[in-house]
Amino acid sequence: MSGVRVLVGTRKGAFVLTSDGKRQHWDISGPSFGGWEIFHMKGSPVDTNRIYASQTSGWFGQIIQRSDDGGTTWFPPGSKPDELTTPEGMPKGESNKFVYDTSTQSGKPLTTHQWYDGTQHPWEFKRVWHLEPSLTDPDVVYAGVEDAAIFRSTDGGVSWHELAGLRGHGSGPQWSPGAGGMGLHTILIDPTHHDRIFVAISAAGAFRTDDGGNTWRPINRGLHSLYIPNPTAEVGHCVHRIAMHRSRPGVLFMQKHWDVMRSDDSGDSWHEVSGNLPTDFGFPIEVHAHEPTTVFVVPIKSDSEHYPPEAKLRVYRSRTGGNEWEALTKGLPQRDCYVNVLRDATAVDSLDPCGVYFGTTGGQVYASADAGDSWAPIVRDLPSVLSVEVQTVP
Amino acid sequence: MIRVILPQHLRTLAHVDGEVQLDVEGQVTQRSLLDALEARYPVLRGTIRDHVTQERRPFLRFFACEQDLSHEPPDAPLPDAVATGAKPFLVVGAIAGG
Repeated sequence: MSGVRVLVGTRKGAFVLTSDGKRQHWDISGPSFGGWEIFHMKGSPVDTNRIYASQTSGWFGQIIQRSDDGGTTWFPPGSKPDELTTPEGMPKGESNKFVYDTSTQSGKPLTTHQWYDGTQHPWEFKRVWHLEPSLTDPDVVYAGVEDAAIFRSTDGGVSWHELAGLRGHGSGPQWSPGAGGMGLHTILIDPTHHDRIFVAISAAGAFRTDDGGNTWRPINRGLHSLYIPNPTAEVGHCVHRIAMHRSRPGVLFMQKHWDVMRSDDSGDSWHEVSGNLPTDFGFPIEVHAHEPTTVFVVPIKSDSEHYPPEAKLRVYRSRTGGNEWEALTKGLPQRDCYVNVLRDATAVDSLDPCGVYFGTTGGQVYASADAGDSWAPIVRDLPSVLSVEVQTVP
Repeated sequence: MIRVILPQHLRTLAHVDGEVQLDVEGQVTQRSLLDALEARYPVLRGTIRDHVTQERRPFLRFFACEQDLSHEPPDAPLPDAVATGAKPFLVVGAIAGG
């Protein structure tokens, strides 16, 4: 019987939650990397034992960790004894080296971006927000970083190279950080066309490449944002998250700073599908594993009140691809709840019925084994949850 | 033999217990000491100094012999007591909550 492995990144370490296919009883292991922020962990879809993790610290910077045994043991890629030195005897240790590519061959000049007060600010690497393993090769993985850029590793995370066409798109000086920083947080690979990749940046917007990352273009037509001088500008939108279903990669769902949006043409245009949501502010958005028009969001009261409206923690589900939403409350706190759910802190498994998971800033991880109809906490008292991913394992 | 005391998180990362002992060729400076440390433990590259600029990360300090050496030039000789191993060189994380 298949089981699930839930990968939870928190402000103080990584946790792995495992269960069988019933998803009723859970084992909790961790923390790994205690004391460090684990911004994101994600497993390879072609090798469930291969997991990448972004370990960060304001003191010590960025570390990339890798597990080849399903999260039991971890190591910084390239740190095994036979990998430690180059043939010339020089130390490597470059798995945490994220340097913007400014070379004349493949890079783009380092520009500035807009700061909170509208002045220009230097582009500086801070951390990896999101790791997206390739759909076909466990050694290929993409990293979305702050300040916004996308990197790729083709050697299992040992070394990284920026796909500089995105940062060098030309609109960079108009990008600005959201409250959490100027992070590239969403990377979606089209399963039918692997050279097509969608990314999203707070606060620049969504971008798409159709040539494997060499060139990128903004895909923000239809977005409307009142916090930028021109609400319909080509860039500057604070996109919080994008999701797609594997069977319909041209259909995208977006949770924006405000507004839930949908595109039916690979991002070329967007229309609002917030419908009857109690508030259309929020961070995550997720698509059901087997139903391409079933979408989940977690509405949050406002951009300055990051907690659920009416202090009731409710996941909203649309079975119609948006506009018509139903509140899912069974098993979730319906009073005195003031947690938030961050953009990378929801996930679905591929079992039937589809499992849905989310983690909160209060340290709870909730699971539903019936596509959201009912919920139960897997664990209640972890550190603040930054990210949740789930693997369906044999 | 140079003695270096790392903060707990970097000891965990490098899989070391207690003090690190290093051989440093030539004059013992911040730069030569950290070069030797990173050569022994490549996983520490980028965690104490920036990969590109080689500048000390802003939330770290360097202490030795009851002095704050954080703002000394990287090629300035370290105190004799550090060079002889009588006193350790301390990499210290800035005090902050969380």
